[in-house]
Amino acid sequence: MLTALLVAFGAALAAPWMTVRLGRPAGWALALLPAGLTAYFLSLGPTIAAGEPLVQRVSWVPQLGVELAFRVDGLSLLFGLLIAGIGTFVTIYAGGYLAGDRQLPRFYLLLFAFMAAMLGVVTSDDLIVLFVFWELTSITSFFLIGYKHETEESRVNALQGLFVTAGGGLAMLAGFVLLGSMAGTYRISELLAAPGVLIEHPAYPLALALVALGAFTKSAQWPFHFWLPNAMAAPTPVSSYLHSATMVKAGVYLLARLAPGLGGTPEWFWLLTLVGGATVLAATGLTLLQRDSKRLLAYSTIVALGTMVLLIGVGTDAAIKAMVVFLFAHALYKAPLFMAAGSVDHEAGTRDVTQLRGLGRSMPWTWLAAGLAGISAAGLPPMLGFIGKELAYEGLMGTPWLLAGLIVAGAVLLLVAVMVAWVPFAGRSVQAPKAPHEAPPSMLVGPLALAALGLTFGMAPGLVQNGLMRPAAAAVLGAPYAFDLYLWHGLTLALGLSLLTVSLGVGLAATWRRWQPALVARFAGVRFGPVAVYEGAWRRLLRFAELQTRFVQPDDLRHQLTTIVAFTVALTGGVALWRGGLDGMVWAPSGAYLHEFLYLAVILLATATVVRSHSRLVVITSLGVVGFGVAFVFVLFAAPDLAITQFLVDTLVVIIAALVLIRLPSSALRAEGGRDTRWLSGAVAIAGGALITGLLLAVTGLPLDRSLTSFFEANSYPVARGRNIVNVILVDFRAVDTLAEVVVLAVAAGGVGALMRRRLAGRDARGGRREPEGGRR
Amino acid sequence: MKSLILRTTTRPIIVVLLLISVFLLLRGHDLPGGGFIGGLVAAAAAALYAIAFGAGAAAKLLRVRPESLVGWGMAMTVVAGLLGMVVGREFLTGLWWVIAVGDQELKLSTPLLFDVGVYLVVVGVILRFVLSLEER
Repeated sequence: MLTALLVAFGAALAAPWMTVRLGRPAGWALALLPAGLTAYFLSLGPTIAAGEPLVQRVSWVPQLGVELAFRVDGLSLLFGLLIAGIGTFVTIYAGGYLAGDRQLPRFYLLLFAFMAAMLGVVTSDDLIVLFVFWELTSITSFFLIGYKHETEESRVNALQGLFVTAGGGLAMLAGFVLLGSMAGTYRISELLAAPGVLIEHPAYPLALALVALGAFTKSAQWPFHFWLPNAMAAPTPVSSYLHSATMVKAGVYLLARLAPGLGGTPEWFWLLTLVGGATVLAATGLTLLQRDSKRLLAYSTIVALGTMVLLIGVGTDAAIKAMVVFLFAHALYKAPLFMAAGSVDHEAGTRDVTQLRGLGRSMPWTWLAAGLAGISAAGLPPMLGFIGKELAYEGLMGTPWLLAGLIVAGAVLLLVAVMVAWVPFAGRSVQAPKAPHEAPPSMLVGPLALAALGLTFGMAPGLVQNGLMRPAAAAVLGAPYAFDLYLWHGLTLALGLSLLTVSLGVGLAATWRRWQPALVARFAGVRFGPVAVYEGAWRRLLRFAELQTRFVQPDDLRHQLTTIVAFTVALTGGVALWRGGLDGMVWAPSGAYLHEFLYLAVILLATATVVRSHSRLVVITSLGVVGFGVAFVFVLFAAPDLAITQFLVDTLVVIIAALVLIRLPSSALRAEGGRDTRWLSGAVAIAGGALITGLLLAVTGLPLDRSLTSFFEANSYPVARGRNIVNVILVDFRAVDTLAEVVVLAVAAGGVGALMRRRLAGRDARGGRREPEGGRR
Repeated sequence: MKSLILRTTTRPIIVVLLLISVFLLLRGHDLPGGGFIGGLVAAAAAALYAIAFGAGAAAKLLRVRPESLVGWGMAMTVVAGLLGMVVGREFLTGLWWVIAVGDQELKLSTPLLFDVGVYLVVVGVILRFVLSLEER
């Protein structure tokens, strides 16, 4: 499993290069990777179906008890197949949809990285590892949603998706840590093996709420649903992949995965059914307002996700069976519907379903795919979607209030199917912004194949029943569960409810033209609910950040320094006074020599010059003298490394500052600042100095703890083979610190380089002259 | 700065400074010195050259861009750390190879590689500052 993941991540790195090398057919060739992964998961199938999950463990952070543990059981297998299988067709589709796009190499990198992270989520057997992959999907999907980053809409919506999902992810991490400490292990399979420990723990409600928050944000549950339709700003292959089969299903996966350990309690039932039910209702209502085919599909996706969540909440055998089948059916019809909507947009120029008519003649194959998937989405026989819906009705027989909501939602899903898969294609007269023509083969293979699978599995559910559906349901239930799937159930109550749904849906669709414009007009421009809250919070956050930046970090460097020092003095000094002052200060100038006072005099003299001078060059040079004076003190007290460093740093600082000053207009060489500013700066500076002096005296008054010093003295030569303890600490004992400092330095250099390049570019753009390098003055 | 005195004295001084910087770098493990200090000396030498002959001439003398020095230096520090992991120890574990050269011992080690990396980063960073200020 680890190898498969590494191959997927490696392929992501190689993808840009391959895209450039292969040119136009790159999509077909790159699809070999997800196809290979699909084959890999298929090969695992028989063993897993026999009840033996694939387990693999590699030590990662043993100090924290975190290991790269993977466990592929029935649920993981189902998700893995969907991710890799639909990923194959999305890769091919994207090759056609984004043909000629300059950024296609980047696209494949992100897509494969996302796919690999998603596979990591569904196969991890360690909470922390799962979290890492989880956040990786948030980040990669952020880049995928914001793929068209030149448009503001894309950027805003990508950020929104990231904040909602990554924010929920943080709550989830807290929940995971709680779970881990409750059960004493981060291994998911062990957590689930002892459900009583978790459920009876006093922190159970909190842990459940936090983990559920992560799942709800990811799976676009109310009130976090709004990011998903906005994420339609992404190119269609992304929408069809992230937002139908993978990304948003991660939340469902997490809930299903943890159900055996956390489920079965009243808290679980009410939290999931209420949130899932609210999601179904809210999304059903919002679907009615949409005309854009992708947004129609997005809201219907939220309806489907809400359905899955509430089925997991109900948690009976029948409900879980329905959830698994419905999830599978949904992935198989939603991806082709998205792809078909994208093809229509691509070939006919719009996604507004009211502006499209009669495309069926010129795009027969797209219509076939959309039609088949649409029948499945509408929950009609002989498709897999029909079986899924029937099972969902049966699973909810015990909770009539949820069942009623689902029937309304089912009618609206049928409406969406009609709007996306029938209305734009049907009719004799062609109506479209541009002359439509059939999509290229790369954009037909995926929708056709997936829709055909939906049909095949609908007609012959036995094909997936034992190998896929039963093991998946067993993993969610925590116990084997044998069931059979039939297309024809007999004359049951569920069938009657299906008929009711269909007639409701057909009624809605037939009258759509009459009520829809009025409904849209009624809610035009109304911003309410969670979106308004999010946007308000966002605005306020930005305003606060601006205020705070203006206060703490104004343009004026002197002001910034004053703020920093004043706050340090106020906080540190305040705490010191509050705690009863700096007692234990020791003032013992024992055995001072005359020449030591000489250095002190030099430092004081230079400081006085700094304060009194009106020339910045003099100030900089005098500061250098202060530094040299301090360095001499280091020499006196036998710290040669420190002294050398201080000498060199002060020299370079003076050189660099002088170079800066020479660049500036001559007026800038005069030190500014009126009487008041000087007094203020002086007061703050003296207070800062006094605080540091007091702290140092207090610290030296304490008994010196020499344990670290003696450790370094004892081990420097025998263990690290160096006699210079300072250097041995830098490059060996505490080399990690040094490594981090090196990185900080490099980042600083990068920042300076970028700033200077910008300045030069700006000057060139303004038509200024750029002298040949060197040879100045 | 077209000062004849500065230009004439700079050349020999630079040679001495660079030698000192390498000397400080190599002896650092046992005596005062090390990558950071050595790097600062080398950077001071380069800054002196840039002031005397201009940034363009300094860049030409350097042959590589300061960013490359930073990159190579960082790569060396990381590789020095990873070598420890290659032999199955913790990240950044020091490894030593003592080679006898005549009657002297040549001590090669990952801390030395690490220190050379620090040296290169320091030189590169300060040169980036100095050169971008000097060029127009």
